[in-house]
Amino acid sequence: MAIYKQAFKRIGDYVWELGTNYNSNMRVPVRVYADDALLEDALRDASLEQAVNVACLPGLVGYVVVMPDVHQGYGMPIGGVMATQLPDGIISPGSIGYDINCGVRLLGSRIPLDAAEPYLTDLATALYRNCPSGVGGKGSVRLSGAELDKVCREGARWALREGYARKEDLQHTEENGQMEGADPGAVSARAKERGREQLGTLGAGNHFIEVEVVDQVFDPAAAAALGLSEGHLAVQIHCGSRGFGHQICTDYVQSFQGAAKRYGIHLPDRELVCAPFNSPEGQSYFSAMKAAANFAFCNRQLLAHLARESFSDVLKGKVPDWDLHQVYDITHNMGKVETHEVGGVAHKLCVHRKGATRAFGPGFAGLPDDYLPLGQPVLVPGSMGTASWVLLGTATTMMETFGSSCHGAGRVMSRAKAKHEVRGEALRQELEADGIRVRAGSLPGLAEEAPTAYKDVDHVIEVVSRAGIARKVARLRPVAVVKG
Amino acid sequence: MCPYREIEHTADWSLKVWAPSREALFVDAAQGMYALAGARAAPGDEERHTIECQAEDYEALLVSWLQEWLYRTEMLGQVFEGFHIDRLTPTRLSGGAVGRPARQLDKLIKAVTYHNLKIDATAEGFETTIVLDV
Repeated sequence: MAIYKQAFKRIGDYVWELGTNYNSNMRVPVRVYADDALLEDALRDASLEQAVNVACLPGLVGYVVVMPDVHQGYGMPIGGVMATQLPDGIISPGSIGYDINCGVRLLGSRIPLDAAEPYLTDLATALYRNCPSGVGGKGSVRLSGAELDKVCREGARWALREGYARKEDLQHTEENGQMEGADPGAVSARAKERGREQLGTLGAGNHFIEVEVVDQVFDPAAAAALGLSEGHLAVQIHCGSRGFGHQICTDYVQSFQGAAKRYGIHLPDRELVCAPFNSPEGQSYFSAMKAAANFAFCNRQLLAHLARESFSDVLKGKVPDWDLHQVYDITHNMGKVETHEVGGVAHKLCVHRKGATRAFGPGFAGLPDDYLPLGQPVLVPGSMGTASWVLLGTATTMMETFGSSCHGAGRVMSRAKAKHEVRGEALRQELEADGIRVRAGSLPGLAEEAPTAYKDVDHVIEVVSRAGIARKVARLRPVAVVKG
Repeated sequence: MCPYREIEHTADWSLKVWAPSREALFVDAAQGMYALAGARAAPGDEERHTIECQAEDYEALLVSWLQEWLYRTEMLGQVFEGFHIDRLTPTRLSGGAVGRPARQLDKLIKAVTYHNLKIDATAEGFETTIVLDV
């Protein structure tokens, strides 16, 4: 049933609340971070109906948080955060999503754009050649069963041991690139079969590697601390746990269908299927989810290694310093056990973020030592051909959004309409004319990701910033895009 | 008339399918999924595949049936056509298809979801809407 704007109460300049009186099955309210325009965008698709469904799940605390970049997904909307009370609250595989630990890695450099400009076309080609992408893309690393189990347990630490990472990469990765407690024994043989040849691959869809220039700096001290300088190149890598994570989620969404019935959980949508966190089913999923998360951390690490090799191949000897250093690596599809204050009382919670980024404020545990005074970097890729943003978490997120912020621009146009309105080849030519080199495996896939299919990322960031759920550090402009 | 149609969905793909029987609905859903993915087979040897699924109801069987073909596409690099259902009960399914090497596949489908999934009986037969995570 469509929801009307009048059903929301404006409780802050950029915060709207839909109370539990809207639907008798809601157990907590829904809180949307938006201005008038973004709320109206969200009301055009089923995002907020999906958020209402989430609010009907058992064991939730506080409210369901909806980010300014929200859009319709499956089950939980993309740009949604829910927190369940432990140990009795639920965990929901579909509410974390099929691409477990889909996330973003940002690498900075000391390469001035003007020095690299003559080589950017070669750089785009090298990245496309060296970083396997597209449907069915296989990586250069083929894992034995025993090695895959190690990747599941160790995440990016496995890559460090194998020579694909530097110590400081791990220090600048959420969870240090390794979630403790992953259990390969909770992962199906089929998931392992899919994962064995996919490490170090980008995949397809909205995943990409982008070469960018730091276009504008809003906080010079913070940008310097992150290793970002205006006019210098950066690289952004967006991808997740590939078929390995997709299969793990598929397996557990299927097996939880029976579990939810056994535990007497009423579901407004079967994709929101869940089980008590402390049940054998809940624990099994959580340890398998962590295995997928570690696979994804390792996957982005290998892609970062390949990006470094590509930069070296093309720029060595042509610019004074062609190295790429890691700024940070974040996840935006994940379930995590965290402690947050709700109503002035600290609660241990399972925070589900689907299309939302952890955005801890300064001083909070879990941040690298050198970022502790700053807060967590929040990496927000824009749509292809538009700006991306580097933000920092704030104290407000800890009080209002379970330490979370937005994750992207957010779609506004359906894929069907984008394919109808945009021709991939024409889009590629437009982007090239704007100085953005494009290497893409699929032109129809490119069309679906057209900038016009997304919200204006600068507008989304303005609302995020004004709402206080992250603060601006730098804006990045793309100069080369590699897509599967 | 084409037995499936892509319908508006902001982030993912949504496929509406209708058919005179449940068996035909499963067949049309698989055909529609590959059509949406832009699947084209290359000339090459055909391989006949059979699958069996077990699940708790028709909707869960539909998810398993489609998911099984996606898995085989990813692992074998084949695309499928000529789908058929040999046996369908509320909890079991057996069926098959013909696989050929993939020449083109525009889009990666990550998963078949349960989102609002319901197989409805209509005056003409059955219909459903499937959301695919892409």
